[in-house]
Amino acid sequence: MEVQDLCVTIDSNKILKNVSISFPKNKITCVVGPSGCGKSTLLKCLNRLIDNTLGAKLSGRVMVDGQDLLKARDSELIDLRRRIGLVPQRPCPLPMSIFDNVAYGCRIHGMHRGKSELADVVETYLREVGLWDEVEYRLKEPATRLSGGQQQRLCLARSLAVEPDFILADEATSALDPISSKIVEDLFVKLKEKYSIIMVTHTLRQALRIADYAVFLYLGKVIESGDAKEVFRNPQNELTKNYLSGAFS
Amino acid sequence: MDRNKSKYVTEKVMKVLMLMAVFLVFSFLASIIWTIFVKGIGSISWEMVSKVPGKDWNVSNDGGFLNAIVGSLAVVLPSAILAACVSIPVVFYMNLYLRRGHKLSYAARLAYDILYGIPSIVYGAFAFTVMVIVGMRASVLGGIVVTTLLMIPMMIRSGDEISKSVPDEMVDAAYSLGATKWETLKVVFRQVLPGMVTAALLALGKAIGDAAGVMFTAGFSDSLPSSLSDPTATLPLAIFNWVTMPDPFPDRAYAAALVLTVIVLILSLAGRWVTRRFTKNNL
Ligand SMILES: Nc1ncnc2c1ncn2[C@@H]1O[C@H](COP(=O)(O)OP(=O)(O)OP(=O)(O)O)[C@@H](O)[C@H]1O
Ligand SMILES: [Mg+2]
Repeated sequence: MEVQDLCVTIDSNKILKNVSISFPKNKITCVVGPSGCGKSTLLKCLNRLIDNTLGAKLSGRVMVDGQDLLKARDSELIDLRRRIGLVPQRPCPLPMSIFDNVAYGCRIHGMHRGKSELADVVETYLREVGLWDEVEYRLKEPATRLSGGQQQRLCLARSLAVEPDFILADEATSALDPISSKIVEDLFVKLKEKYSIIMVTHTLRQALRIADYAVFLYLGKVIESGDAKEVFRNPQNELTKNYLSGAFS
Repeated sequence: MDRNKSKYVTEKVMKVLMLMAVFLVFSFLASIIWTIFVKGIGSISWEMVSKVPGKDWNVSNDGGFLNAIVGSLAVVLPSAILAACVSIPVVFYMNLYLRRGHKLSYAARLAYDILYGIPSIVYGAFAFTVMVIVGMRASVLGGIVVTTLLMIPMMIRSGDEISKSVPDEMVDAAYSLGATKWETLKVVFRQVLPGMVTAALLALGKAIGDAAGVMFTAGFSDSLPSSLSDPTATLPLAIFNWVTMPDPFPDRAYAAALVLTVIVLILSLAGRWVTRRFTKNNL
């Protein structure tokens, strides 16, 4: 996936300015940067959720398999969004049971039609995010009864269940305890064999642990990007240095 | 020390004022219900609610006002369904197909707010003018048309409020999974359905008590309507007539008021119940 010269303005505020990044395949890319620098907006562009933001104007290109995503027609958008799963910053379960939340995506895309097959899929993904043991006996309960961290993992499982090629995770572990975070981290490391993962995180230690590639955003601009170890250990730009030293000192 | 004391006094005074306002509302409700129930139960009889007026009811006081009860229901129930059929799509269009801040949403919101503020007598007069032009008599159908128009802004308004309880994140979540707008709408519908039903019930309660709208359009009749083109009596208008006649019939008016109040109470309580019972799955 390659972002070329992406600019986003919302109500004439420039949110992203000439962002160009190429996200390597089957790697974990961490996007870091101070709050409000445009990380969530960037992810929203990558699956065109930004379309629903009023007053947002985009220019530039987002190339996926040789196709410009920003030019995709509405009819293509559906499959495109299935292929590029976004785990939102604020988890929001759908108003249905825990089981149905995970099964919903499969149902609308007509995947795994058999009843027992679907049940297996739901179990698989709930296990992967480390939620199965907690919800095994309450799958029929409304998902809104889950705790914040449980909801976050549920949303992750829900995105994984439609078998995307890309996973965009916006602070997917922000509400999790260290052990659950570790489970999700390990999951990402495992998943990168099959998927390309782009994640936003404020936990630089986490980024350091699992990122292959890193992007540092500041006020809507890419300040530095490259191999994660290089960017974190040996930043070239003053801004990056300051940001990182604040975090590691 | 002194400042803290005056803060404390302000706090107390405000609290007492608010409590007084609350009690004022309670006492309104209690005195209305009390009056209507005491006077109504004193005058109501089985005959009144089960029979249409007798031939010389104003002399012999025989028969009842079944015509008005049936007439009111015949006007209001179809109106509620028609109004829901118009309002629900509008609400979804304003809140889902267009996002909330869109210009057209804004215009639609302005439009229904104005419609909401127009008094029902104006709706009635307007509909009557149209009926005269097309050569239609006062009838059940006329009443249905006006009542539908009356209920649409009420339902859109509450529906719009209820839709605000759907977080943008929920809509985004469905889109992120690759749901189409229609599929997303179905998800959101589960969230807002109980609220919409409640809104419909409350609008029904308001509409059934409205005399001005049906005054010219539904007409009045001492017998049960047998088709859409028959004129029909309605409860509020019947009450109005009985009270304003040169020889008023307060007994009948109180009995009819009791029936009307009971219907409205049932609708309000049903609305509450629906909200409580079916919002468990929701945020
Ligand atoms: N819908 C919107 N309308 C107007 N401005 C917006 C909108 N969404 C985001 N912005 C602005 O875009 C900028 C970037 O927001 P964004 O959510 O992408 O930040 P972020 O990097 O994800 O921050 P955080 O780390 O706090 O999540 C902010 O200044 C924000 O005010
Ligand atoms: Mg963000």
